[in-house]
Amino acid sequence: MNTDADTLTAFRQEVIAWLADNIPEDPGFLLPLTFMEVGTEEQLEFLIAWQRKVYDAGYLGMAWPEAYGGRGMPQVYQDIVDEELMNHKAPIIFNTIGLGWAGPLILQLGTEAEKQKYIKGILTGDDIWCQGFSEPDHGSDLGNAQTRAVRDGDDYVINGSKIWTTHGTYAKYMILLARTNPEAQSKYAGLSFFLSPMDVPGISTSPIRKITGEYGFAQTFFDDARIPANCLMGNEGDGWKLAMQTLQYERSVDGGQASTYKITSMTSADLIETCRTIQRDGKPLLDDPIVQDQLVQFIMEERNLLLNQKRSSIQDLCTDYPLSLMLSGKLEATELFRRMRQYAVSLQGAKGGLYIHDNDALDGGIWQHAYFNNFSATIGGGTSQVQTNIIAEHALGLPK
Amino acid sequence: MNFGQQARNHKVDSLNFSEEQKMILESARSFCEDTSSIEQVRELLDSSRGYEESVWAQLVELGWTGIAVPERFGGSELGIETVVPIVESMGRSLSATPFISCTLSAQILLQAGSTDQQQRWLPRIVEGQIATVALLDNEDWGAFSTTQELNDELVLKGEKWFVDDAVSAELFIVLTQYQGNARFVMVTRNQLEEGAVQAHALIDETKRSARVDFTGVSVSAEAILVAEDTSEILNDIKLIGALLTAAEAVGATSSCLNLMVEYLNTRKQFGKLIGSYQALKHPCVDILTKLEGARSQVYHAATLFEEGQGKMDRDLEVACRMAKASANDALLMAGDRAVQFHGGMGFTYECDAQLYIRRAQWSQQQFGESAHHRKRLAPLLLSL
Ligand SMILES: Cc1cc2nc3c(=O)[nH]c(=O)nc-3n(C[C@H](O)[C@H](O)[C@H](O)COP(=O)(O)OP(=O)(O)OC[C@H]3O[C@@H](n4cnc5c(N)ncnc54)[C@H](O)[C@@H]3O)c2cc1C
Repeated sequence: MNTDADTLTAFRQEVIAWLADNIPEDPGFLLPLTFMEVGTEEQLEFLIAWQRKVYDAGYLGMAWPEAYGGRGMPQVYQDIVDEELMNHKAPIIFNTIGLGWAGPLILQLGTEAEKQKYIKGILTGDDIWCQGFSEPDHGSDLGNAQTRAVRDGDDYVINGSKIWTTHGTYAKYMILLARTNPEAQSKYAGLSFFLSPMDVPGISTSPIRKITGEYGFAQTFFDDARIPANCLMGNEGDGWKLAMQTLQYERSVDGGQASTYKITSMTSADLIETCRTIQRDGKPLLDDPIVQDQLVQFIMEERNLLLNQKRSSIQDLCTDYPLSLMLSGKLEATELFRRMRQYAVSLQGAKGGLYIHDNDALDGGIWQHAYFNNFSATIGGGTSQVQTNIIAEHALGLPK
Repeated sequence: MNFGQQARNHKVDSLNFSEEQKMILESARSFCEDTSSIEQVRELLDSSRGYEESVWAQLVELGWTGIAVPERFGGSELGIETVVPIVESMGRSLSATPFISCTLSAQILLQAGSTDQQQRWLPRIVEGQIATVALLDNEDWGAFSTTQELNDELVLKGEKWFVDDAVSAELFIVLTQYQGNARFVMVTRNQLEEGAVQAHALIDETKRSARVDFTGVSVSAEAILVAEDTSEILNDIKLIGALLTAAEAVGATSSCLNLMVEYLNTRKQFGKLIGSYQALKHPCVDILTKLEGARSQVYHAATLFEEGQGKMDRDLEVACRMAKASANDALLMAGDRAVQFHGGMGFTYECDAQLYIRRAQWSQQQFGESAHHRKRLAPLLLSL
């Protein structure tokens, strides 16, 4: 497949033209900025339809094998699509746990039967996926997960509870980390990994209200739930390895996602617009040198992210701490965006005290909402503090 | 609301690393490791020149003094993008040579000199004569005018501050006021009065800089570089200076971080390696983050130099300023925390942390501290 510059430029133009014709109109309700914010039926239906439309146009899973519903093209095509989706602030492609984590994992390590069974539905959006890793008592210390899976004939019987399950109430499948052997040599060795159906007796979910006031994630309960034994991925005891590989995808350490467009960013460009809008002493806030200085600092950090990403593919410039750029992307990006959003709220004067339900809120309270929601990224997928430990230990070689 | 679309300027993330740069980085790193161990750095602290003449001779032999000079003047006609890995390596080993001074002098000659003037001076720099630039009248890197004067009889009046490597320099390029314009004029060492060079007592004892009084030096008309409008050239030179200092600071930051990590991996308190305490380990990650960002910025600027063949434009100016501001912040934090994380040992002259905290204070001021650059970035980035 051709990847010369002219072909790619032409392709980009094609994508831009398609987006111009196909990005849905404002539905009149708040659209989630991230896949973790889907909280109502109308949002869900809207996003399923949108994902389907993108898939049918050939713009999703472009680099996944044709045999399973992908398009078998070079990754750069999907990258272009993702970039343009972002540039156009299109609605997100929401089935992230399937498209971004479970899908690549199955393609990398799954059996032929698993690929045949799961991949297409992930792409079309027919099958929504969720992730059952965290438990009420074991979050950062994921290796200690205690949800039990006991083999019984052709089934595994699951007991326990998972929590913070994003898309838990909608999902058809779950990637589930459960303990098959409590007596194993180490806590890690006793874990196994399942591609579990959600619609079996004994599995129930209960929505949890979020900091934003909305719903979105859930607690999942397993009460003698029987799932077929062939839901086990790999062998018993492979759970930790597979969970870690999942996290590599989740934290974007590894590529291979069907699409990486899971978040509509609020960038420094948006922050600048906000500073242009807000008036103080008859002048735009953007004229204030103190504000300018803070904006410049944000822009510099934002550019660091871009440049670090570029540099991470130039090995000769990564010899000092070979793992550092790869491991730190999530931490840096999510923390930067948290600070930018917090700052945007601080600029609003008394209006910074208004929330999304107030008609007078600046831009519908989008910064307030985005600030709160940003914690999903600094906590989910490994908290910033835990990420910092990982970087310290693995990139710098500091002791545990 | 109508949020602005992401700026889709593909130059903002240009970052390449050529085979040439790679080879230069490798040889510069090993050269600096060989010639500038920390013991050697310490031995030179109270020498007058601050560097070993034999080391300088080897460096000249390697062709680095001519690396960004056209072939017709004896150089290898590569760009500033190849100077960057050399300076970074020097910073890493805290090696202090007049290399940056010579590089900047050559760049001024290339931009402001006539062919004759270039022909006359550049080969001397390539061959290893030490040259330096005398830009400042005082401590202000933001100044564009000078009170230094060249009168109609072609006699200079006034002194210059922070003339780096003045103690060893044979050639000085002096920014002076001549017939209403700021101009560059060449002065050679033998034209200076006895006692004209007064070394500054620098906070960074690896570096050398001085006050130089040029009063009474009379120059020939040919010594005045032909460029009459120097403000753009001066701006360019300061930006190149900022970038090179940033590259040097990035190198120093990484060896400072290594020093810290090493100590955190050996020193025990309360029965544990101190590196296992998050109060120490997390700031090290912050330093790493700042370092990585600054290094990306530096090589991004280098890339733009290559792409634009040295022509300074808005993107390159932004890149140089960001590189300097980022590198300042990285080295400042590294030097500061390196002292603290060594405890009582960190407060001693013997601990190498002092070399880095001192370098950080010096380096941040060279060609402008972070706020200086952010202030100038604001109009460039915010379309004010
Ligand atoms: C919006 C959202 C969506 C999520 N979606 C999912 C999902 O779909 N599936 C799923 O399985 N999980 C999901 N999670 C869970 C997420 O992965 C966990 O919340 C996270 O790993 C932290 O675990 P915890 O909540 O138990 O916090 P804890 O581990 O109890 O942490 C509490 C605090 O202690 C700190 N801490 C813990 N250990 C250390 C340490 N060693 N060093 C320093 N500080 C430490 C943490 O940083 C945190 O600040 C989601 C979370 C959020 C917020």
